[in-house]
Amino acid sequence: MRVAGFLLQWIVKALAVVLAITILNFFLLRLAPGDPAMVMAGEAGSADQTFLDQVRHEYGLDKPLPAQLAIYVEKVFTINLGESYRFHRPVAAMLLERLPATLLLTGTAYAFALILGPLLGALAAMRPRSLLDRAISVLSLFFYATPIFWIGLLLILLFSVRLGWLPPFGMHGFIPPDGLLAQALDTLQHLLLPAFTLGLFYIAVYIRLTRASMLETAGLEYVKTARAKGLPEWRVATAHILRTALLPIITFAGLQAGQLVGGALVVETVFAWPGIGRLAFDALFQRDYNLLLGVFLLSSLMVVFFNMLTDVVLRLADPRVGARA
Amino acid sequence: MRIEALNGIAGRFLIALMALMAVGIGLAKADPVRGGTLNSTLWPEPPGLIIGINLNAPTLLPATKIFEGLLTYDFNLNPEPMLAKSWEVSKDGLIYTFHLRHNVKWHDGAPFTSKDVVFSLTKFIPEVHSRSRATFKRVQVTAPDDYTVVVTLKEPYGPLLRSFDAISAPIVPAHIYEGTNYRDNPANRHPIGTGPFKFDEWKPGQYIHLVRNDDYYIKGEPYLDDIYYRFIPDSASRALALESGQVQLATQNDLELVDVKRLNSNPSLKVTTKGWEWGSPISWLEMNIRRKPFDDVRFRKAVMYALDRNFIRDTIFFGFAKVATGPIHSSSPFYTDDVTKYAYDPAKAKALLDEMGLKPDADGVRVKIGLLGLPYGEMWDRLSQYIKQALGAVGVEVTLQPSDVAGWGNRIANWDVDMSTTYLTTLSDPALGVARTYLTDNQKKGVLFTNTSGYSNPEVDKLFAEAASLPDQDKRKALYDKAQKILTDQVALAWLVELQWPTVYSAKLKNVVINGLGPNGNFASAYFEK
Repeated sequence: MRVAGFLLQWIVKALAVVLAITILNFFLLRLAPGDPAMVMAGEAGSADQTFLDQVRHEYGLDKPLPAQLAIYVEKVFTINLGESYRFHRPVAAMLLERLPATLLLTGTAYAFALILGPLLGALAAMRPRSLLDRAISVLSLFFYATPIFWIGLLLILLFSVRLGWLPPFGMHGFIPPDGLLAQALDTLQHLLLPAFTLGLFYIAVYIRLTRASMLETAGLEYVKTARAKGLPEWRVATAHILRTALLPIITFAGLQAGQLVGGALVVETVFAWPGIGRLAFDALFQRDYNLLLGVFLLSSLMVVFFNMLTDVVLRLADPRVGARA
Repeated sequence: MRIEALNGIAGRFLIALMALMAVGIGLAKADPVRGGTLNSTLWPEPPGLIIGINLNAPTLLPATKIFEGLLTYDFNLNPEPMLAKSWEVSKDGLIYTFHLRHNVKWHDGAPFTSKDVVFSLTKFIPEVHSRSRATFKRVQVTAPDDYTVVVTLKEPYGPLLRSFDAISAPIVPAHIYEGTNYRDNPANRHPIGTGPFKFDEWKPGQYIHLVRNDDYYIKGEPYLDDIYYRFIPDSASRALALESGQVQLATQNDLELVDVKRLNSNPSLKVTTKGWEWGSPISWLEMNIRRKPFDDVRFRKAVMYALDRNFIRDTIFFGFAKVATGPIHSSSPFYTDDVTKYAYDPAKAKALLDEMGLKPDADGVRVKIGLLGLPYGEMWDRLSQYIKQALGAVGVEVTLQPSDVAGWGNRIANWDVDMSTTYLTTLSDPALGVARTYLTDNQKKGVLFTNTSGYSNPEVDKLFAEAASLPDQDKRKALYDKAQKILTDQVALAWLVELQWPTVYSAKLKNVVINGLGPNGNFASAYFEK
């Protein structure tokens, strides 16, 4: 009963949030000057009134704004994201087509960061101000502060142009090899550079977060008690400090998981990775309202969903969370 | 003896050299080789592949391999056969008769006939083609038989013969489009044309794949097996792809010009700026003549004197440009350089501003204006920054107004701007691509690429109208010469440079740029040297 009540409450909240996001995004996009017809005319270097009228009529852009919103909201609630203005294809199909590529890239980088980040952070925290701690801290700060596109380009220069080990862009080779295993290896080769680039950015956050959280926890009274009881240091670190220190990391990981679906705009652009982030980036400049709203809707749904999941996981990791609520 | 011996050696050396040269000549004239895959960059991903419904550059590059026109044009814009093997124009310039090839098939196997041409010119183009519909609304098209098409004008129209290329008048299959909603036709996602390459696959976000049309009407052509147009969103990555040999062709705005300079020194790549004669792009600074101080011709002249266009050519466009002298591109047969010219002379600019009464204040500022720069990347941003600096030096304070394409277009189309930069293809004939920017009756608020500056001169209107209606090229040129003189004297726009878009391609790739349509040609004769 308690679980059902919790779920129902969440679903109502989630729907309200998604509706609010949809409406807000709808108006935000319309605030930007120019529309898809103007972009198409601009790119074609040619236009006449007939062309602009045709395009606007076709997309329903000649209707008043509230009418356009009503049509869109109605469509969303019947699970129809409409058609891309630019590509004349269903938005849902375009998103689904790009989703595997995005999930493969962000998922790999995320897993890489989630495993290595807390590990390195914990290592640094165990011997504060040691050489290892300083090295890990400086590197994580460097990767967090350096523009990700620059790291990506440098990695391409080194591994693709100089050494010729890895392909510079794309998700598949130009001539796909025969056999599933060979194709998987081919994709893996293409995945390494972008996933590593993106992973470096993610990992830095986890290192900083784990280190700070562990140091903070290590100073708490109950840790002193554990040490006073004569527990070995590794046991104090893993069972007492890390478990508590992991709570903010779980929260952050949950929040970030929701964003993974939105794609990695910069990395996807530099490495020509055919994911959702790049689709959104292009759609923005092309004023492809439906496509953009589709990306926003999908991302917001995922953020809401993973927030909920994070709540559940936190309750499991820390019984106090549920008790407080 | 010694001399004889030397002669002997020299003689043998000479013979060897001649033999080598003969081999070299033999290689140069080597027969094209069948086979190979061409990988080209393409960016951005085009919205579609049907010419007319879309006219974006990334639509045209692949689509001109699939669809063809009746004619194509050489580097001097003289017509050459394509789907029409020959043609005649009546003496009065009113009747154009095209004789079509007999052995042409659509990619779905259906025969190509005059019915397709009549449908394309009278129904498809007037409905969807924003650039050509005005031209083809003037004509009547009939087909006396399956392989003859007669195009009749009510009154002569000079540019008509330069309007039959695959971009201006693409011929589409009547059996697929007739009676349908052209924009929604399912064939738009799987185009059926007559060209040397057939559409195979479009992998969204990745590539468009075209394959060899084995039934092409020229025996043995095309030579390439297939073409991939690969979407690589980052210009640095595109340059790297060329350097690593993964792609063999990039053109137009694909590359930053600073990269082209580097690629030019790579022995496995070639760079040409030919092939844009048909498009003839000119960049300019447009001043909104409806607003002060731009309504005063002295101010516009001052702007011309204040800008060092040699600097723009050399530093901003890295030499891939030519200083523009006026509204008509220097590769056009209607171009004249007998116009009012404005060499860089800031002192003259200041004198003109003084004469207008625009005196500098304590900070040296005479007047403040805004500049909406073309948002097409860093090169154009640098142009805006240079203009700000150069006009600042004569006391005109410029505020840069950054935007994206949609916002830029919206403001210019609605005349909501002081000054803006842009470039426009001036096309194969001034009546098609030049007049639109200056005609009084083409001031159409809300529509981009019309006369947005607000320039108006009845004499120029008359000259353009008369020149468009004459069939005689010499008479037309005399009228255009006059128009060029007036427009430059009045500085209707501040023309900057003619853009010379580089096409960078693998040194092994031959016959890429063979006529005035350049990379927008059909690539039937392109091949890879073994």
